[in-house]
Amino acid sequence: MNDALTRKRLGRVALNAAGVIVFLFAIFPVYWMVATAFKPNDQIFTTEFIPFPSPPSFEHITRVFTKGVAGHSIWQYLLNSAIVAVSVVVIGALFALFAATAVARFKFRFRTSFLILLLIVQMVPAEALLISLFTMVKRFGMYDQLIGLVVVNIGLTLPFSVWMLRTFVAAVPREVEEAAWIDGAGRFATFWRVLFPLVAPGLVATSIFSFITTWNEFIYALTLINTQGNYTMPVALQFFVGQRSTDWGGIMAASTLMTIPVLIFFLLVQRRMVSGLVAGAVKG
Amino acid sequence: MTTHTSTASRGGGNPPAPARRLRQPPRRPSRLPDWIVPYLLLLPGLLVIGGLLLYPLYRVIDMSFHKVGLAQLKAINPRPAEFVGLDNYAHIFESDLFWPSLRNTILFAAAAVTLTLVVGTLVGLLLNKLGKKMSMFVIVGIMAAWATPPTAQAIVWKWLFDSDAGVVNWALNLLPDWLSTLVFGRADWSGQPWFNDTITLYLVLIITVVWASFPFIAVSVLAGLKSIPSEMYEAAQMDGSSPFTTFRKITFPLLKPVFSVLVVLSIIWDFKVFTQLYLLNGGTVNRDAFNLSLWSYAEAFSNPPKMGLGAAIAVVLTGILLVITFVYVRQIVKTEDVR
Repeated sequence: MNDALTRKRLGRVALNAAGVIVFLFAIFPVYWMVATAFKPNDQIFTTEFIPFPSPPSFEHITRVFTKGVAGHSIWQYLLNSAIVAVSVVVIGALFALFAATAVARFKFRFRTSFLILLLIVQMVPAEALLISLFTMVKRFGMYDQLIGLVVVNIGLTLPFSVWMLRTFVAAVPREVEEAAWIDGAGRFATFWRVLFPLVAPGLVATSIFSFITTWNEFIYALTLINTQGNYTMPVALQFFVGQRSTDWGGIMAASTLMTIPVLIFFLLVQRRMVSGLVAGAVKG
Repeated sequence: MTTHTSTASRGGGNPPAPARRLRQPPRRPSRLPDWIVPYLLLLPGLLVIGGLLLYPLYRVIDMSFHKVGLAQLKAINPRPAEFVGLDNYAHIFESDLFWPSLRNTILFAAAAVTLTLVVGTLVGLLLNKLGKKMSMFVIVGIMAAWATPPTAQAIVWKWLFDSDAGVVNWALNLLPDWLSTLVFGRADWSGQPWFNDTITLYLVLIITVVWASFPFIAVSVLAGLKSIPSEMYEAAQMDGSSPFTTFRKITFPLLKPVFSVLVVLSIIWDFKVFTQLYLLNGGTVNRDAFNLSLWSYAEAFSNPPKMGLGAAIAVVLTGILLVITFVYVRQIVKTEDVR
């Protein structure tokens, strides 16, 4: 009896130890990124292991903010990223909400075909469309402009947004809308005043997903832009890498800066993201 | 009739309640005819999907049969592309880079997908066993790895594996010499360059990708585990089932739909890995480390650009992926209410 109890306790300790190991493996690289950003250069370029910046130095953070990189302020790149991501979110969310309402609320002839189309286009790798989208963006005169990135990213994020949002629309009870009709509300009033507020939480989750995808997007940002000052953050990080040496302190400071908004948004929506991605497979 | 209740959301929706549905739903108040409304709502989405996904997909296939270079990319008076039939495909299949790129793509995907799924599942099972506070603590930790943008992932791991100031070489030097020699055949790791050799470069890439993607698998498996009624486990325990048998006979079969989706999603993500490889490899100079997507990019945006060739590689990559992911579409069509 006592033996069994000891074994159980040992098992608990082993499980918790495993939990701590997983935690450390996951968090260490992120911690190291932040720690390196706060280290003076002599603590960065050393073969010794210096676990904490001692004392913390703000030289890299200050330098990144005041001098920027490649002749442009870091704010310029952050602003470019934000402009693209916010435009994609606003336009994409609107289009996604319309399409999600159509498939979740109406029965029509091509409904199933549309849903299958949504699934299939998600299988096509964005990298494969790079070449043709590049030539199209050039032809339409949007090369080297943020608008080109906005347009492309709307296309890349829309199928998943619709797929995710339709479950939220379907979860709003139909009776609520019917009640509004009885009270004499028109179709548009019902949509904006009744359905829209009720779907808002789902819309927020979907929007954060598109925001993160666009904010992180690298390959299109690299190829569709040509002027230093027009690049977004993911590409700007590369400018810290020189021909001969890399400014590790600066690149870590900038990476940290870029990761913070994503991390915040992530903690807000992680549960919804899982349910959206494995939709159908996990039965609630 | 109860036609529209079939669109009830996955899982969370109410089961159809025929008794309440006997009455006719009130008519929608509108001047627009009913049938046109869903099509109007779909229109912007369809234009986006058609113009920004389907048309480019057609264009990339079309370009793969043409020679597209500088003359065709000019802003003023671009010359029409010359039709070259299957030349681009013949060129890539004969290229010295084809087999290495295909091998890198497939081996990397196999290793990364397997490791991600194994580590993710184990962590998911662990999270399910841990107490509430401890599991919350671990989830916050893995969330940090998951949330790190791909560019930052590559940069951080490149720094951890730096030859001179990297933590990994420092840690490997900490190992007792006999152990290090026994396992790796060497004791001194100072200055070990990880990114000069394709195999070690891909080793770092695998660690980076697994590190960033196992949290998603873990959280999904946890969500699946939470949905299995505990009575099943109690019954198994009563029958004296061992933990391994319980996993094989209860957990795995019930989570099978989750796993099949996770496998295919991981394949899609890992098959075309670009950002992390591009950054770890430091661009496109080292051709030995190419996978299909990096090769396609390198050909299309080389100087002078060979867009047709790049397009042909992209088509091969897409073809392979679509064949594999056909399973995913079928799975979802079967379980989801697409009908």
